[in-house]
This record gives sequence, structure tokens and C-alpha cells, in this order.
Amino acid sequence: MTREKLLVVGNGMAAGRVLEHLFEADRDAFDVTVFNAEPRVNYNRIMLSPVLSGEKAYEDILIHDDQWYADHGVTLLKGHKVVAIDRDAKAVTTAAGEVHGYDKLLIATGSNPLIIPLPGHALPGVVAYRDLDDVDAMKAAAAKGGRAVVIGGGLLGLEAAAGLKMQGMDVTVLHLMPTLMERQLDPAAGYLLQRAIEARGIEVICKANTHAILGDTRVTGVKLDDGREIDCSLVVMAVGIRPNLGLAREAGLEVNRGVLVDDAMRTSDPDIFSVGECVEHRGQCYGLVAPLYDMAKVAARGLLGEPGVYKGSVTATKLKVTGIDLFSAGDFADAKDREEIVYRAPGVYKRLVLKDNVLIGAVLYGETADGTWFFDLIRGGKYVSEMRDTLIFGQSYAGAAPLDPTAAVAALPDDAPICGCNGVCKGKIVGTITAKGLTNLDEVRTHTKASASCGSCTPLVEKLLAATLGDAYSAAAVQPMCKCTDLGHDEVRRLIVAKGLKSIPAVMQDLGWKTSCGCARCRPALNYYLICEWPGEYQDDSQSRFINERVHANIQKDGTYSVVPRMWGGLTTAAELRAIADVADKFNIPTVKVTGGQRIDLLGVRKEDLPAVWADLGKAGMISGAAYAKGLRTVKTCVGSEWCRFGTQDSTGLGVKLEKLMWGSWSPAKVKLGVSGCPRNCAEATCKDIGVVCVDTGYEIHFAGAAGMHIKGTEVLTLVETEAETIEIIAALTQLYREQGRYLERIYKWADRVGTASIKAQVVDDRARRAALLERFLHSQTFAQVDPWAERVKGLDAHEFAPMAAIGFKEAAE
Amino acid sequence: MNQVLQTAFEEAWITVGCVEDVPVLGSRVVKSAFGDIAVFRAADDTVFALRNECPHKKGPLSEGIVHGHSVTCPLHNWVISLRTGEVAGPDEGCAGVIGVKVEAGVISLEVGRLAGGG
Repeated sequence: MTREKLLVVGNGMAAGRVLEHLFEADRDAFDVTVFNAEPRVNYNRIMLSPVLSGEKAYEDILIHDDQWYADHGVTLLKGHKVVAIDRDAKAVTTAAGEVHGYDKLLIATGSNPLIIPLPGHALPGVVAYRDLDDVDAMKAAAAKGGRAVVIGGGLLGLEAAAGLKMQGMDVTVLHLMPTLMERQLDPAAGYLLQRAIEARGIEVICKANTHAILGDTRVTGVKLDDGREIDCSLVVMAVGIRPNLGLAREAGLEVNRGVLVDDAMRTSDPDIFSVGECVEHRGQCYGLVAPLYDMAKVAARGLLGEPGVYKGSVTATKLKVTGIDLFSAGDFADAKDREEIVYRAPGVYKRLVLKDNVLIGAVLYGETADGTWFFDLIRGGKYVSEMRDTLIFGQSYAGAAPLDPTAAVAALPDDAPICGCNGVCKGKIVGTITAKGLTNLDEVRTHTKASASCGSCTPLVEKLLAATLGDAYSAAAVQPMCKCTDLGHDEVRRLIVAKGLKSIPAVMQDLGWKTSCGCARCRPALNYYLICEWPGEYQDDSQSRFINERVHANIQKDGTYSVVPRMWGGLTTAAELRAIADVADKFNIPTVKVTGGQRIDLLGVRKEDLPAVWADLGKAGMISGAAYAKGLRTVKTCVGSEWCRFGTQDSTGLGVKLEKLMWGSWSPAKVKLGVSGCPRNCAEATCKDIGVVCVDTGYEIHFAGAAGMHIKGTEVLTLVETEAETIEIIAALTQLYREQGRYLERIYKWADRVGTASIKAQVVDDRARRAALLERFLHSQTFAQVDPWAERVKGLDAHEFAPMAAIGFKEAAE
Repeated sequence: MNQVLQTAFEEAWITVGCVEDVPVLGSRVVKSAFGDIAVFRAADDTVFALRNECPHKKGPLSEGIVHGHSVTCPLHNWVISLRTGEVAGPDEGCAGVIGVKVEAGVISLEVGRLAGGG
């Protein structure tokens, strides 16, 4: 049986969502072809702002990757623009002249950014803010620095301004109206928002009428009606959108402001449906994602011949600028027959609008946790007279006793909308968790789409998981670093870079830490991330180090310490051994032991003796072996070609070179190396974090082994011919691990998480990437290779090693 | 030995040093004939003192990481309240609390409690 042919014009979020609903209902109903004018797959357009600010990458905002189209048998024609629809022949024509016939057609052409035809609007350097190409253009401009002028102080304009500021540009926002976001906010909230935006160093000029864009060959400035001129190298126009309806109009479909559709999302041609920002429904055009998704649901049913009813959407707005909490929903204009309830506190503004005892609008600034609940009341249209007095304080006060957050979520009605973007209600989430036995956030996102778009309802979804599963729910898919934050390690690291955060207090402030000074889990991690990211700039915070790294020795169960000097590649000398013996005698060190990493451990040293012990070892030329460090520990070697009759290369020499290059480097967890001179592998290189097995033809580089709680043989990274290249690759590999590994994550776990293939591609195949990694490693090492023992012998951190006072020993013989 | 100690502890409070001697979010040890005392300084400059022994396996609390008004023991990561000496759940136990007085930046410890076993 031949299937009906469905052609989809446009590949934005609305179109993608129609297909998802379609396949969910009936995988085989249609033979689907999608035409995408952009040369890409379907991505989450509402997440462009985090991409611009650097908080997310393009890959993070993909909705459907190529695999998805393949899995669902969808033909995706990227870069194919449909130019005409022939309704009589039931066929479309592309710009390249190809003709495709259809049984059903879906028009989802979205909208175009509005460009005000000011003088100079076509100059290079004037961009809209609509798709990934715009974001790329803005990022490229930001890389050169200078000032950007954003025309339009609405949702998009402000997100663009914040993103450009984070990219390092000076930014001025020009807004025609007296207050920002006047369509979503009342003047009071608009004022608070303006203050918050200005506090970020962004200039805001309201009532600003742009007269012209200046420049000869490219943008050099903007001129206002009042004569003021502002120099800039980039102009972003974010003044609104216009439904993209040319194709529909030329096909003779009925259009007004948008493509006219009925309640089943059908156009004036019963075989042609339309959804998204290009449509006009009951006199309304929409530019937010939630209504598009409502439409998509109805359109999918319509395509399957069981028309649903779309009644229009009540919309809610959130601003996606990190650190600014803002929410508005419904209708909050003043009118005679309306009452309002207002609450103010420093940095907080809440206003509810009631009509005939029903909540019809809400504006929240500063505290938005109750936004969803208010939105629910607005959509439900219930009488709120009984809880009117406490309504403004939100859900926990409006009922009886205050509830804890999880209980509050549990108390929501089943039809309470949780995910505004995807229109998922509580009942659907709870039902799916129970029916499918879901246990984590990722699974809930996969099965229900809740929190899968803008992500701002993630905490709610997690609380639903907790409320539904009880104790069985232990952790989110993205594990927060610790109880001080909801962010995971990777997000924290990305934000440290994106926001240029260079101290622990800055990280905690900017990323909204929930505790005043962190805890024993997050502080050491942050300290490492900052050291790794800003070598030479960041000042190590010794109070955020575990004791071993703070005093550069290993604490033992009785509170004494062990001391391990470095022995390069396991080599030592008579003089070093003599010095070690003398130290053991002089300080009554009870135990001297040979370690597994080919060096000598002095155990049972009293803390106050440490500097003196180090001084004596230092005189004999020895430095700290970093046996305590999340950093390079040992390089274990065999004797190799210098002595061994089987040795193929100078494994000892290579080990010494590697240790001399890498000592002092900090890493997410400890790093141990091994170099074996032949495949007999006497240095046990194949269970090390990084290993080398020498062979006749060169050097086999291994990594991701472990011989601790887990035993795991290494994987082969590559085989190279020269010692120099071996060293280069190992340094690059180490740097990649330093940059990507989560704190306390060993190399084998990191490799398991990111994939061996990706590591190989970056440090072996991609020469330029390898060189860049190597350069960063070497740069970092210029600051890291300072012997901590020698520093402390000279008096650094002396307070660590001496008691503050001794009391009660008066006249008592020692 | 007793005799010596009674002489030493005639006063209820003994001065041990200045707030500045203790690193912020850090600790210093005061040696005493009744065992070591760990003196802590929180981020808000509040000073606390505990017997320098974790109730778990006697780990030296002075070597732990200080956060808020708590310290995490360096040996097995038990978290101990600096104010009460109580171990944070689910573990149980209590480290001995020593009275602290700070006047004009000078720290005094309530050693009278020490002899009684604190």
C-alpha cells in the first residue's frame, strides 16, 4: 500500500513538533518530506540567547539530529527553499526547480524579523536576531570588541544585549517606549528590569527614536531623532517579527496578517494545514513557543483526519537572562472594572490583576517561583475570593499551612501546567513516570518533553519526580555539584569561562550559590576549575584544598603525615638515599617504605617537623613527589634499551622526560604514568592513567587504565614513531582531561563519559587542536612548576605547621 | 602534673592569640595538657573552638575544610557543627566544645571546662 505523501515547508520548532505528535499517534501514516531553507536540522530557537552568551553550544540546542530524521524515515532536504505551491496539481516547486507532489501539505514558514527601513539598514554590520546565522554574525562582531547598539527593548532585544555584553562588547539598548518590555511588563516591573540591565553595565535609552544608521561601507554608528550620535560597530534590530506568508498568499490561500487557519489549523484549502508564527488564528498571531506547540498538537490530529480544536493560548513570558527573574502572564492592563494586588520588597515586585474575583493577569519580578501557580489560576478562571488576602504570597500561603516545595508541587492539581513551552501538565508527567517506570530527569524529558525546551521548569519536574518516587528518586540526570547549587560540574565550568569568573566568591555570587561560602565538596572543585582555567591569574585558595594538598603531605590515620620525594622515572642516587636515611634518623621517622610508584615513602612525620624534613631533602636536590595531589603523581618505568636485552626503546629516559615536563600540574584527579620498554610491559603501563608501551617501530600510547577500586586495562590511543611526538600527544591528552574532566573524575571515567573516539579525534587526528592543547598545557606549566616544599621551607604558610599556643604545660618538663 | 595544671588554670579563661592568627575559613591548633584544641575562624569572622578530635576516628578537625559554621573532618568527611560539636546526620556523635571569648580581636578559651573533660 502506498502511503499518503506529506510535505512540510519549514523546519522550525512548530513543524518538528507536528511530526513528533504525528509519529507518536501513527508512525506509518505518511511518507514525509521536509524542506528546510536553512542548511541545518531542527534546533531550539528559543535557546539562541544562551548560545549567544556562550552558556550553551549549538549542539546543546539541537532538537532533532540527522539520526532522528533517519530513524523516522523522514526525508530532510536541507537548504531547499520552496518557491511555489500549485494547489491544482497538488505539488510544490523548489528554488532549484524540483517539483514534489503531495497529498497533504503543512506550511510552517514561521516569521521574518522586522527590519525598519531606516537609512543605512542594509549596511554590513546590521543584523537581525532570528537564527543561528545571526548569532554567528553577532559573535564574530563581538570578537572584535567595540560597541553594539540593540534597537528594541523587548524580550529578544534584551536577551541579545545581555549576550553581547557577556561576549565582551559595550552595549546600548535603544527602546522607543518609556519602559522596557512594555508588552509583557507594567511600568514598575519595567523599571526594576531596567535597573537590573543597567547594573550589568548595559546602557539603556528609552523613548529613543532612531533616525538613521550611519556608515559608508559598514556600520559606524547610530543617530537618534534628538541629534545624539552613538558610535558602534554592530547594530542588532530586534523590533519584532512578521508572519512569513508570501508563499501562502501566492498560492491563493486566504491570508490576513498571517495565514488564516480554522480551529483545526486548516487553511482555506482543506489539504493544506499551517502552524507556527506564520498563522493567524481567531485574529491572533503568536510569537512564543507554547502556543506553537498547542497548535502542533491539533494540526497533527487534523492531518490524521480527526480534527481537534485549538482555542487560542493564554501566554506567559519569562526572560532568559541568567540572574534576572521575571514572569508575566495574561492581561494586566489597568481598567475600571479591575482590581489589583501589589507587593513590593527590595528587588521584588508582584502584581496580580483580578476581574470579577477571577485572576486574569500577573507580573512578577525578582521572585517568580509562584508564576506557574498563578498561570494555572489564570487559565483555570476559578474564583479566588476565598484566598484573596493571601493570594499574592503564592501557593504556600494561599492554602492552609505552608507547604515545603515538594509537598507544594505534590498538591498541584493534575491539570496544572508544569512545562509552559511544551504544554505538559502535572498529570501527564506523573502518569508517565508511573506507567513507564521513569527514574530520572532525562527519561522524563524524553518521554514527556517536560523541561526539554527552555529548561526553566526543571526544578518543578525534579520535585515531581521526588514527590512521585519518594525515596526511590535519588539524583537528577545532571547531578548538581553539591547541595550548594543546582548546577552540574560541566555547567559550572562552562559558565566560569563564559562569564570570565576568576575567584570562588565570584563564581558563588554569579551562579547563585545557595550557601554563603560553599562546602567541602564544591570548594575544592571550584578551586581546581579556576586554577585550570586561569593559569597565572587565579590565586590558589588554600582553605579550599583538602588537607593533603594544603600542607603538601599525606595525612595518616593518627594525624601524622607521610613524605614522598620525587624520584624521576624511578631513578635515584646514592646521595639521595643517604639524605633520606639521614632524615629518617634525625626526625625519628618510624616507617620507611618503597611505594608502588617506584619511590620512597617516609611515614609517621609530625606536622610541625614537615618544613625541616623538606629542608633537608631539598638540600640533597629533592622536590615534592606530589604523592598527595590531584595532579601528576609518578611515572613508573622499566630499564628499557639501556640495560635490558629485550628493550626496544629508552623507556627510562622517556619516563624521566615525561615527568620533568608534567610535574606540578594539577588535574581533576590523580594522574599516574607508566612507560614499558617492550610489550613484556614490566612497568605495568597498561593499567595506568596514561601509559607507553615501546615497540620496535615506535611508541604505543595507551590511556584510561585503572588499578584501584576498579581494574581496567588501558585503551590504545595511537602508535607514533618518535619520542617527541609521544610527549606531545601525552601533554595534549593531559590538557584535554584537565579541561574536560570533572573534579575527582579519573581519566578512565572521563574517557568513558566523553568517548574514546572523541578524545582520539582531538589529540591524535586534529593536529591544530593538539597543538593548541599542548600550548595551553605548557603555558599553565610555567606557573605550576614551583616546588611547594621549597616555598614552605622559605616560610610560606608557616601558620599551617606551628601551633598557635601551648597552654597548661607551665613549668612541666617536656 | 595535676599540681602544675591547677596553677596554669587558676583563671577560667586563657588568652591564646589573635583572630588574625587564624586564617579565614581555617583553623589553628592550641596544644594543651588535656589534649589539642582546634580554634576555627568562619567566613563571618566568628571564632569557635573544639577538641581536636573527630568523634568518629579521632581525626584532627583542625585539618578539615571549614564551611559555614561547620568543619568537614579530613579523614572520613564527617561534618561537625562548630557551634555545638554535633555531627550532622545521618552520622552521630559530638566533639567537645570549648568556650570562646573574643575581645578587641584577642581570643580567649574557657579552659576551666577542659579539666572537667569538656
